[in-house]
Amino acid sequence: MKFRTIRRHFRESFKTLGRNGWMTFASVSAVTVTLLLVGVFVAIMLNLNKVADDLEHDVEMKVYVELAADEASTTALEDQIRETPGVAEVIYSSRDHELEQMISDFGDDLKLYEQSNPLREAFYVKAANPQQTAKVAQTIDEYPNTYEVVYGEGKVEKLFDFLNFGRTAGLVLILALLFTAMFLISNTIRITIVARKNEIGIMKLVGASNSFVRVPFVLEGIWMGILGSIIPILAVVFGYIEFYDYAEPRLRGEMIQILPPVPFLYIVSGLLFFMGIFIGIWGSFMSVRKFLKV
Amino acid sequence: MINMKDVYKKYANGVVAANGLNVKIAPGEFVYVVGPSGAGKSTFIKMMYREEKPTSGEIYVDGTNLVTLKNREVPFVRRKIGVVFQDFKLLPKLTVYENVAFAMEVIEAPSDSIRDRVTEVLDLVGLKSKARMLPTELSGGEQQRVSIARSIVNRPKVVIADEPTGNLDPETSWGIMNVFKDINEQLGTTIVMATHNKDIVNRIRHRVIAIEGGLIVRDEAEGVYGYEI
Ligand SMILES: Nc1ncnc2c1ncn2[C@@H]1O[C@H](COP(=O)(O)OP(=O)(O)O)[C@@H](O)[C@H]1O
Ligand SMILES: [Mg+2]
Repeated sequence: MKFRTIRRHFRESFKTLGRNGWMTFASVSAVTVTLLLVGVFVAIMLNLNKVADDLEHDVEMKVYVELAADEASTTALEDQIRETPGVAEVIYSSRDHELEQMISDFGDDLKLYEQSNPLREAFYVKAANPQQTAKVAQTIDEYPNTYEVVYGEGKVEKLFDFLNFGRTAGLVLILALLFTAMFLISNTIRITIVARKNEIGIMKLVGASNSFVRVPFVLEGIWMGILGSIIPILAVVFGYIEFYDYAEPRLRGEMIQILPPVPFLYIVSGLLFFMGIFIGIWGSFMSVRKFLKV
Repeated sequence: MINMKDVYKKYANGVVAANGLNVKIAPGEFVYVVGPSGAGKSTFIKMMYREEKPTSGEIYVDGTNLVTLKNREVPFVRRKIGVVFQDFKLLPKLTVYENVAFAMEVIEAPSDSIRDRVTEVLDLVGLKSKARMLPTELSGGEQQRVSIARSIVNRPKVVIADEPTGNLDPETSWGIMNVFKDINEQLGTTIVMATHNKDIVNRIRHRVIAIEGGLIVRDEAEGVYGYEI
């Protein structure tokens, strides 16, 4: 294909957008509506995923040290825990510190224990992969000088099950939405191209090759995809910034955080933009294919 | 220029529209194809630019075997043949100028040569002043002129026309015939024209091929129409 032909195709694809006024409008609207849905949904899903991550990463285990352990064996245990595969973080807490914690949690009544502290030293341990907490806990439990490992057994497993279900459901929903979107858009584009079936036939009879007919259609699809992604991108960007400004101050200091607009909105915008282009190309390509056999 | 050997065409519905056609058309000839409705004239014409493929037999146009031609080579053959249709087949959203230019864009001609050549052929068919109009703004005769302009713009060796005057009133038809006459006489272009127009065939004498029931029943050098309708 010569350069002037490529130029011709670009020129032609822009002209056709205008010539087919309402058809362009219908296709662009279909893209807009679906990308708007996809955009809002992806924004919600990614944030829910973030929340799920936050919840997961809040899961930690507490390793109680045997009362009999001396300083050297406690240090040895700490090293052992640190070297355990799958351990991400170990924080030591002395007996005094444990008691302080307890007093601040349950009140000054417990201050009487300051005379003879019955508590054990402890390590707060986080697994690199929170879902491996139970397994890591089991390993640490075997170590000499470990008295007990506590991590909210049962509750944690339920939480993980719930989060995993949520993630899968979200993914399935997004895929279903994408599928519906593709269907809706390719149908709209098909309708607009069926209307041009005769034109395609004439082009072929005059000696146009398949690619000569197809390229302007596909370019047109790209422009429609881009046009259709503008409103959804703007809506998601401004909508999310609004939402973030509202929610972020209220969540300050909480365990659960929402995604900051950067780079999140770049990612979502890019996703919508390229999805628009992809849907446009795919829709035109599939629809025009049927009519090229003349 | 065109050479058909034992061409046989059976449509999917069982109709046999060509039942052993043997024809040779030399370069520069002007040939009428006549016959009653349903005789197989359009099928005969369509097989020359591969809108239809024969069931068996051989068809050569300018040395190319249209029967063994691969689908993706078809466009290249169509560019060497000008085709004029009874229903004009103009692209409705393109102007007169753009419709004619389209045939040159297809062969990837340089844009300044497109401009010169399109202006030239529009002048030839007498439509220079209507270049910016859309097909719907033209009369039938004018639309047919656009279609002819498009068919000759790439200087094909042969122009094939299926009842080009079929939808036109007699006066307009004579105008169209003059265009074909000029193309044939001045440019030496081979012309094959299916027609129902008795007056034209009898007044502007050329070779006449009469088809009935998918068979050539008559082939005369300075022939007459020979049918009453
Ligand atoms: N695409 C087609 N499918 C099936 N039958 C066809 C088709 N085109 C033409 N025919 C049949 O073939 C015969 C010849 O048609 P055609 O070549 O159009 O004749 P003419 O142009 O002389 O009127 C007719 O009986 C017609 O019904
Ligand atoms: Mg016919």
